[in-house]
Amino acid sequence: MAGKKIMADKLILAVESSCDETAAAVVKNGREVLSNIISSQIDLHTLYGGVVPEIASRKHTEQINQVIEEALKTANVTLKDIDAIAVTYGPGLVGALLVGVSAAKAISFATKIPLVGVHHIEGHICANFIENKELEPPFICLVASGGHSHLVKVLDYGKYEILGRTRDDAAGEAFDKVARAIGLGYPGGPKIDKVSYEGNPEAISFPRAKVEGSVYDFSFSGLKSAVLNYLNQCEMKGIPVVQADVAASFQKAVVDVLVDHSMTAIRESGMKKFAIAGGVASNSHLRKAFEETCAKEGISFYRPSPILCTDNAAMIGAAGYYEFIQGNVSGYDLNAVPNLRLGER
Amino acid sequence: MKVIGLDSSGLTATVAIVEDDKLVAEYTVNHKKTHSQTLVPMLDEISKMTELDLSTVDAIAVAKGPGSFTGLRIGSATAKGLGLALNIPIVEISTTEGLAYNLFGTDKLIAPIMDARREQVYTGLYEFEGDELKTILPATAEPIEDTVARINETGRAVIFLGDGVAVFKDKILELIKVPVSFAPAGKRLQSAASIATLGLKLLDEGKAIPARDHVPDYLRLSQAEREREENK
Repeated sequence: MAGKKIMADKLILAVESSCDETAAAVVKNGREVLSNIISSQIDLHTLYGGVVPEIASRKHTEQINQVIEEALKTANVTLKDIDAIAVTYGPGLVGALLVGVSAAKAISFATKIPLVGVHHIEGHICANFIENKELEPPFICLVASGGHSHLVKVLDYGKYEILGRTRDDAAGEAFDKVARAIGLGYPGGPKIDKVSYEGNPEAISFPRAKVEGSVYDFSFSGLKSAVLNYLNQCEMKGIPVVQADVAASFQKAVVDVLVDHSMTAIRESGMKKFAIAGGVASNSHLRKAFEETCAKEGISFYRPSPILCTDNAAMIGAAGYYEFIQGNVSGYDLNAVPNLRLGER
Repeated sequence: MKVIGLDSSGLTATVAIVEDDKLVAEYTVNHKKTHSQTLVPMLDEISKMTELDLSTVDAIAVAKGPGSFTGLRIGSATAKGLGLALNIPIVEISTTEGLAYNLFGTDKLIAPIMDARREQVYTGLYEFEGDELKTILPATAEPIEDTVARINETGRAVIFLGDGVAVFKDKILELIKVPVSFAPAGKRLQSAASIATLGLKLLDEGKAIPARDHVPDYLRLSQAEREREENK
């Protein structure tokens, strides 16, 4: 066929329930968000100092229809307008994932709208496409959240090469654990981010862990232990702990490692574009560090708005769109895969 | 009136279509595969087989619990998705009541038992008065000893059924003092035909609810909530 192929608009209804947010969105052509509804359970889990899987799963079941109905209503569309239903099927909490997957499959079966299973991390990466219309692969992406820390080479839409990952705790997990230890509570990320403005990031020298055999892999459990040791020693010696200093120094150690590994990957790859994603990507100190470093090295830096960094369904709609137009549809036997690896289907 | 029935509360996955007094189709699987992989494909299969026009379905009947927490949620989320997409309501059926309905017409007491772990059963006590299933004891979680003691007090013959039979049969035979029998293979486990039939009745009585309002009846708090209450 001669000339440019014109593709009709594609509307994706996306559903996300992998952890503690029940979310649904309607996304047009992978880039334009018509609605992005998130029902957060954070208050429920705060009582327990972290996400309780059974409580999360129950809450998803309670909220799932309201959230989907709201997403359709806000986008001013009905199921008849939808071209595909995208749903997160892993990684995540299995009981939580199953709620979104089961509901999405039932809607797909009842309407015959094609179903597209989406990888949660792929969603986080694709969140960058929503506000950066010019961003196209290839680029390097750092995904850091409560459950994940990945350094990824995005080769093409839906094509990823994992350069590095955490060997133990995810970056966000370290934030939560340290926040608990210094009495800031849950969720740790935003609380440490805020209190760090009042602290000295050079006050305490915490380790920047290197992982043997890989310049890209991360390890945060040693850093977490160093913070706990420091707190113990202060207690034993009767030295008062300055919460803001511990927070700022810990955060600086995390940010330094994330920036260092990412910049190594960018230099090695020769790529000129870099993006961040995931809950930790909303950390203001991390964003600033990357802004400065990338500007210095002539790298275009992309980051989603904080609302698109946290778990949401708009990002699943963006990722689902690219999977869908490449013909990657799922069957009614789609299952939740808690340990799903990026690039696997 | 046409109702789709679903029950994934235990190891059994079962789906059915019931139209008035006709069972159009039922598909029941007792196999290790997870319900999330089987339930919708089974429904797809019987829908195709019976050329079901989904727009003619009036309601979804779902086993609301008790049962496996994850199993219940797969059934509930599936029912809610169907309800949302087809714009039809849900009728919630107690899992134990659904089981009891398998034994339509018996003059004995009916005691469904499901393995509830933590050395308990999910159970209830039912009987037929003519064509009507009467609830003597609604679904509860308790040690099997308590269940048997309650039945012994009635002095009446009883039939046990449910997946708890495989686990607790010896214990029951040891403790029971009334004539006892156990439902045979075809009647022992969850049947979506029973769920759909009871669902049709409740729908007729105006007891359907909006799909969005349905949540499983777990009978138990989550472990984290239990521990929190205990430590109060």
